[in-house]
Amino acid sequence: MSENSLTKDEVKHIAKLANLPVTEEEIIKFQKQLSETVDYIKTLSSVATQGVEPTSQVTGLKNVTRTDEPAPSQTQEEALSNAKNTHNGFIKVKAIFNEQT
Amino acid sequence: MKTYEPIIGMEIHVELKTRSKMFCSCSADWFGKKPNTHTCPVCLGLPGALPVPNKIAIEWSIKLGLALNCKIPSFSKFDRKNYFYPDLPKGYQISQYDQPFAINGNLKKVGIRRVHLEEDTGKLIHQGDSTLIDFNRSGVPLVEIVTEPDIHSSEDAKAFLQELHRIIRYLDISDADMEKGSMRLEPNISVGTGEVPDYKVEVKNINSFNFVKKAIDYEIARHKEILEKGQVPVQETRGWDEKKAITYSQRLKEKAHDYRYFPEPDIPPLIFKEKEIKRAKDQLPKLPGDKRRELKELGLKDDDIEIIIDDIATLNFFEQALNVVRLSGNREISAQEIANWLVNKKINIDKQNPKDLIMAIIAKKQNSQISSDIVSKAIDKVISANQKAIDDYNGGKTGVIMFLVGQVMGATKGKGDAQEIRKLLEKKLTYG
Repeated sequence: MSENSLTKDEVKHIAKLANLPVTEEEIIKFQKQLSETVDYIKTLSSVATQGVEPTSQVTGLKNVTRTDEPAPSQTQEEALSNAKNTHNGFIKVKAIFNEQT
Repeated sequence: MKTYEPIIGMEIHVELKTRSKMFCSCSADWFGKKPNTHTCPVCLGLPGALPVPNKIAIEWSIKLGLALNCKIPSFSKFDRKNYFYPDLPKGYQISQYDQPFAINGNLKKVGIRRVHLEEDTGKLIHQGDSTLIDFNRSGVPLVEIVTEPDIHSSEDAKAFLQELHRIIRYLDISDADMEKGSMRLEPNISVGTGEVPDYKVEVKNINSFNFVKKAIDYEIARHKEILEKGQVPVQETRGWDEKKAITYSQRLKEKAHDYRYFPEPDIPPLIFKEKEIKRAKDQLPKLPGDKRRELKELGLKDDDIEIIIDDIATLNFFEQALNVVRLSGNREISAQEIANWLVNKKINIDKQNPKDLIMAIIAKKQNSQISSDIVSKAIDKVISANQKAIDDYNGGKTGVIMFLVGQVMGATKGKGDAQEIRKLLEKKLTYG
């Protein structure tokens, strides 16, 4: 068992953010698995980082941009080819209430 | 009696009018197009697609930041804002979190906290038990401007937004057309009673300056009523119902969003040299504030200045007309005279050109000169032909003046104004 176990509520919260339905059994299972994952990531804190500049990029690249030139898009058929349901050129999903962020 | 102070901040979203989208080459001209015809693996969030930022969109965001007196940090980056909602297919929006393109500016005494660049979302149409999705708009460059809570009345909020709208139009970076949704307004409102209030209410996606004003007034009154009862308004997001002119609760369980922002690993950081920023600043066009000063120096009335600068097309027309006068060396037409014609005569600037306007002003002047000559001659004639009426007038029967006016009108075949003729006649009869 990991030292800092995630609570059940935390697991539920994560599942909600990912829009995944989870059963009570799964919550217990993921509680253990996710806690182990977090512990594993914690290995990183053993690295000495004093004097190291924080960064989110390691490629050394910067200012990679494109000119504002439009190019042809996919056709509507191509765009919709992976959609489970469509309607008059739209992708159709189950009703989503106004939870827009 | 407690004193209540409204505390208002604004969030404004503006769609840039670049030709292509923010991170891919799909056309950004989405409005009114067939659904899902402006998409590609990048803006559909397909696996393996690589977003590459649009250079012009970045330049325009910086331009806007500079126009709002912001600092442009030398280091900037994009981040992922994670949320699960089908208006973006990736499961996140590429936005900017802690290092936006512009910070710490001000406009009309309102602090500008930040100006950042992100991608617009797809359009959802809610229809009964299903939702229809069109991704044409997904990935169109969207600038967000966030102010400090420095606004204290709905009038000031409206005036601030109108000036911001003008600036955007002067910079020519967006249509800022609220009916098409290319400028969207979200006020945050709370009401303080001496202390800093510990709640705020956000009203989402309002598409007119007047509605913002109404929504703010509605909220202020609502909060006061709750505060009067010793309660605190609920922190929440509300919508604006324009038919009923009220706001309504959208999300009661408002908690800190768990967006799990992290740096966008697919896009290297953006680094700007000081001289690049300086050059961008030097290249800013004249803004509404500059134009206001210029027109003031020309001696225009304040009300006319506001009308002329409000719309850049009207301003351009005015300046071109002024230029026609200057080039012709005509000293008889003043800037104010051009303004009078433009403002009061409702000149259709789409149909008329500035030169025609000046010709019309000159023609009118000459006409009135000609007609005043004719009137003056007619008066002399009428006076010498109507000695009896003149004697009556001088004898105190001043009512006879109307007979003389009628005679003059008849002699000029209706040219000239009756009031004006009467004045001229009286003057002539009194002083000779």
